[in-house]
Amino acid sequence: MNGEPATTGRQFVIEREHFDQLFELLARKGYRVVGPRIRDGAIVYDQVNSAADLPAGWTEEQEGGKYRLKRREDEALFGYAVGPHSWKKFLHPPNVRLWQAMRKEGSLEVQEEKQEVPKTAFIGARSCELHAIAVQDRVFMNGPYLDTSYRLRRDSVFIVAVNCGCAGGTCFCVSMNTGPKATSGFDLVLTEALEEGRHYFVAESGTETGAAVLAELSQRPAEDREIRSAEEVVARTAGQMGRTMDVSDIKGLLYANYEHPRWDNVAARCLTCGNCTSVCPTCFCTTVEDVTDLSGQKAERWQKWDSCFTMDFSYIHGGSVRSTPKARYRQWMTHKLATWIDQFGTSGCVGCGRCITWCPVAIDITEEVRAIRESDFRRTKRDRHGDTGTDSG
Amino acid sequence: MPQKPKVAVWKFASCDGCQLTLLDCEDELLALAGEVEIANFAEASRAIAKGPYDLSLVEGSITTPHDAERIHQIRRASKFLVTIGACATAGGIQALRNFRNVNEFISIVYATPSYIETLSKSTPIAEHVPVDFELRGCPIDKGQLLEVISAFLNGRKPNTPRHSVCIECKRRGVVCVMVAHGTACLGPVTQDGCGVICPGCQRGCYGCFGPKETPNTRSLSGWFGDLGMKEQEIVRVFRTFNAGAEPFRRESEAHEH
Ligand code: SF4
Ligand code: SF4
Ligand code: SF4
Repeated sequence: MNGEPATTGRQFVIEREHFDQLFELLARKGYRVVGPRIRDGAIVYDQVNSAADLPAGWTEEQEGGKYRLKRREDEALFGYAVGPHSWKKFLHPPNVRLWQAMRKEGSLEVQEEKQEVPKTAFIGARSCELHAIAVQDRVFMNGPYLDTSYRLRRDSVFIVAVNCGCAGGTCFCVSMNTGPKATSGFDLVLTEALEEGRHYFVAESGTETGAAVLAELSQRPAEDREIRSAEEVVARTAGQMGRTMDVSDIKGLLYANYEHPRWDNVAARCLTCGNCTSVCPTCFCTTVEDVTDLSGQKAERWQKWDSCFTMDFSYIHGGSVRSTPKARYRQWMTHKLATWIDQFGTSGCVGCGRCITWCPVAIDITEEVRAIRESDFRRTKRDRHGDTGTDSG
Repeated sequence: MPQKPKVAVWKFASCDGCQLTLLDCEDELLALAGEVEIANFAEASRAIAKGPYDLSLVEGSITTPHDAERIHQIRRASKFLVTIGACATAGGIQALRNFRNVNEFISIVYATPSYIETLSKSTPIAEHVPVDFELRGCPIDKGQLLEVISAFLNGRKPNTPRHSVCIECKRRGVVCVMVAHGTACLGPVTQDGCGVICPGCQRGCYGCFGPKETPNTRSLSGWFGDLGMKEQEIVRVFRTFNAGAEPFRRESEAHEH
């Protein structure tokens, strides 16, 4: 069947022993291939040259503030959830030089930054991550100001998505309606199936480019039974979510509870370290740093990942607007879950669970929402006839 | 051509490591010599040009009555005074004396204790004279030192953020040692600037750059306890190069019973 055009919407089967072809093909087509691999005790996203670089037979245990690699009983290539990295590191890199300027004979010469963006293939993007990419697309490309360098990187990407075969201990995509099945935003999507002595992928293309790639691989149309197996994989994962979050009327809830005592409680634990924002695949904030050389002949402007947890972030002439940890945590969570909807039309949270796992002190956004909901001011006000027990903030 | 700014490097109680960072700037040293006149730098030359100095870099803490006098002379002779390193900004490792009676140490360490004239505490320069800028680190980072000098020469603010080590750790894609290995790390309460040396080679941060802005040491040491650290060990992690820095001092004392 090799060579038969694979059309969008139809499902195909690629046997595990033919899976390496995907890497060879993408490399031949000029892509830098990046995907999951093990480094320093975690599954990170980095260059992968073949299927042998993938974390075959590995999974992980995830809890608030805790991540540990573990062996699986099979040789699944994608048998884990998301790790500390997200595709943000490729699409919205942490350090970007914006321009340089030189002094030339008494005047200033500004050099625009040359954009050299390699064609890049993402292997193993999850459904929540595709939603996160879509969120950043809105921020960088759909607003009044287009981020041209994001646009360039975004346009050079080929995405091979994977439907999750297991959920992590901090995952809650089902609550956020962002997974575990990828429904859009990919060129190709795979479901990994392992059953008595068989290991294969059910594949479907989402774009013309994806269909063309699929057509060049060794595949054959999937049988009904294989399609059903793939569906079962996703259904099983959906039933394994480590966390849940009730997002009903989330804007109303958070806007009515700015002075809830829970913000003081979380502020006592929060380190304002910024890890949550750095690992979050939708957080996009940056700062700019201007540097000069010793002679003052050359200057550069750099864009760097920033975080709403730093004091500088809200520094306006003479002081920080959000000087207390309470104000900073409240800003982050309220923006993520509520004001984001007003601003961009979607939630800023895709339920990937990274901020929970990678918070050094296990602060859990789902727990914080639950705690506020349990003693929602609006309800307690009704219950106690106006005695709300507010704090002073 | 206008006169080159005069730069002086001064030493108080310290190991010289921070001054040596300046010598370590091999590639940039010539460029630096082109922009400034090094008026006093004992580690590099014995020549001492007379003040006043445009920029004084001060290393070391104040531990003797004589030094407590000398820093005032230097301040008077300096237009701009920058302290460099944990000794100068927090009292250094020698501030461990602040937690005990210094006379006991003297009687144990020196053959003739009566020869020793010392203060009961090791204190940062800023406790004695006004300081224009404090550059953290044990030792300071070469890139940050050049950044501060370059900012001074170009009349701008240096880029030396006061946020956590974690911010830079994540920018570099380092896997968090605390979350992935259960290794205690001071990164969440420590100021960025070192280039994430320790987590970058899978060790916990030792806090060489001192407390970050709004450090929540209480929450972090609670977590250290959950990771299995004993009270005495928590005292120790906060009592190294920046033991005298207020938030670290308070935290270590809270665990001393
Ligand atoms: S919630 Fe956790 S990760 Fe985020 S700033 Fe606070 S301590 Fe750091
Ligand atoms: S807020 Fe947390 S769970 Fe939601 S997308 Fe960001 S990192 Fe993932
Ligand atoms: S390794 Fe240390 S510095 Fe790095 S993110 Fe983790 S806690 Fe922060």
